[in-house]
Amino acid sequence: MAEITFVEAIREGLLEEMERDPNVFCLGEDIGRYGGAFKATDGLLDRFGEGRVIDAPISEAAIVGAAAGAAHYGMRPVCEMQFIDFISCAYDMLTNYVATARYRAMLPCPIVVRGPSGGYVRGGPFHSQNPEAAFLHTPGLKIAYPSTAEDAKGMLKAAIRDDDPVLFFEHKYLYRRIKGTMPSGDHVVPLGKARVAREGRDLSIITYAATVWKALEAAEELERSDGLSVEVIDLRSLLPLDDDAIVATVRKTNRVLVVHEDTVTGGIAGEITARINELCFEWLDAPVRRVAAHDVPLPYAPPLEDFVLPQTSDIVRASRWLAAY
Amino acid sequence: MAVRTSSRDTAPPAGLSRAQLLELYRWMRLTRTLEERLVALYRQTKVVGGLFRSLGQEACAVGSAFALERRDVLSPLIRNLGSMLVKGAEPLEILRQYMAKGNSPTRGRELNIHFGDVVDRNFVGQISHLGDMVPVMAGVTLTFKMRNEPRVGLVYVGDGATSTGAFHEGINFAAVQRCPLVVVVENNGYAYSTPTNRQTAADRLVDKAAGYGVPGVRADGNDVLEVYRVTRAAVDNARAGGGVTLLELMTYRRKGHAEHDSQSYVPPGEIETWAATNDPVDRYVARLADEFGFDASELAAIDDEVRATVDAVTDEAESAPPCDGPDALRGVYADPGEMPVLWYRGEASSAVTAHERPVSWGTHDG
Repeated sequence: MAEITFVEAIREGLLEEMERDPNVFCLGEDIGRYGGAFKATDGLLDRFGEGRVIDAPISEAAIVGAAAGAAHYGMRPVCEMQFIDFISCAYDMLTNYVATARYRAMLPCPIVVRGPSGGYVRGGPFHSQNPEAAFLHTPGLKIAYPSTAEDAKGMLKAAIRDDDPVLFFEHKYLYRRIKGTMPSGDHVVPLGKARVAREGRDLSIITYAATVWKALEAAEELERSDGLSVEVIDLRSLLPLDDDAIVATVRKTNRVLVVHEDTVTGGIAGEITARINELCFEWLDAPVRRVAAHDVPLPYAPPLEDFVLPQTSDIVRASRWLAAY
Repeated sequence: MAVRTSSRDTAPPAGLSRAQLLELYRWMRLTRTLEERLVALYRQTKVVGGLFRSLGQEACAVGSAFALERRDVLSPLIRNLGSMLVKGAEPLEILRQYMAKGNSPTRGRELNIHFGDVVDRNFVGQISHLGDMVPVMAGVTLTFKMRNEPRVGLVYVGDGATSTGAFHEGINFAAVQRCPLVVVVENNGYAYSTPTNRQTAADRLVDKAAGYGVPGVRADGNDVLEVYRVTRAAVDNARAGGGVTLLELMTYRRKGHAEHDSQSYVPPGEIETWAATNDPVDRYVARLADEFGFDASELAAIDDEVRATVDAVTDEAESAPPCDGPDALRGVYADPGEMPVLWYRGEASSAVTAHERPVSWGTHDG
């Protein structure tokens, strides 16, 4: 079977779910005739018509709010944020309305809000953000952030079928750089389950999204140059976090580096570190350390962006520190 | 699109039967009596949280909701108790909800009339963020359009909510999609303490309709038959595929934002003038007698029945059980329906005990 890119996997996932369930429809800016800013919805308009692939005004609050209203009455809308940075315009809708609908009013709200996120593409401050931590402490939401094309498709299908609202982050650096071979048949990857991206004994790197690939690069280098056996955990879902997978890898290697692209202060690594402290402190041989972005808005110029975002060399250096502790 | 100011001179007597005319009166009387009972319970500290009255605005809620069918969907505001009663909410539910009882519609998760029922009676409970229900109701009615169902949605906002981005985004979206939606702007003069002339520089909120390319109608919100007539026209138009209508109902808020609000910001005499000359219930009573020839005893019978109903449900609501604390952890997600209790509460399983420490290991100081 031929390999397809990450963004093609997203499109396949959308297409298959729209064919499977007539209640699934897409809503977003420029997703119709144009096929989306990154072409994730390319061809869907021709296949499903304007009734199910709806070009929306520049109104993130209306897109998410309308999706919620439709979901209350049996639809399964998939909203596209043109860049995930713009999700902030719908923050009120997501945190106050969508996330609470089931709890306070027993209103079903099975919507997916998906969009391209992340840096390493010289996008500047408003086209490079990783806003996942802003939603981590919103009970009622789920957060998915895949790193492989296979997961991108399988988890998107799971998100569309999920009865709760799911924020689905797609790292735009991976859209066309990563390819995968899709399993045949109905390929669904459950939410809430992490994956061991690489087995190891000496040190665990817990990460997600684009930095999974940097962690894997670092792991190879560390094995080659230092003889270190590094385990890489791809969280895949951030809400709920897979505590079992986190505990299992800590028990196995006793040393943990948490890596993410988002800024370090208030980032998800802090939550993971706290859980390790609470759940399996006795298994640690070293303090949990973090590799993340510096606490600045993401700058545009290549030397600045490279300095701010975590690089493979940062992961290698931090891993050596941990291994030597 | 043309903006019209409705005129009763040209209006038929709303095309309602005599039974329906009395039904309208009953809903307004029930709204007022139930709220008066809530005030008494509030003063006895039996109402949890604030109490929000619709005194002087009952015609807006009752007249507009009366124009909907059961299959149509309504999203009320805090001052639209009457609309929920018309749509099928039970007085007992309202009291339980205000008193935060364990068998209230939201099992204590939400307050006052913030609750919904999308299965049977078709009202979608509001949240406190003003304007947010406009996009939501755009989505509800988009669904009806997509499915070719002849159903209509009606969403209430106040004069204050028209300043929010969500109001603008929602009505703009619904207008573009020609959703079968009626947006009722209930202009009661104040958003909390802020008068409408500090809320917007527009002379008339209904003029905003032109900016969205939809028809707008301004009407006397204290005349229940007029409210019914203009809403019914907008609902019929929406059901026939005509898209969105913006209604501005002119009314007045005779109580504070909530019971705790002293209304010190209101010019002297303003409230009294409205109460004396423009009370929607008084006006309707006069019309029922003068225009339609109803006898005072017919209305008194309704008053008695309403009072008896409210008395009975008050007793029942007061004896209802309180909420159970741990129930707060249920229902955040569809599956699993239950969240773990934090470890220091000790009485239930937790995420921590799911990963128990190995017994052979000591602590660092041991």
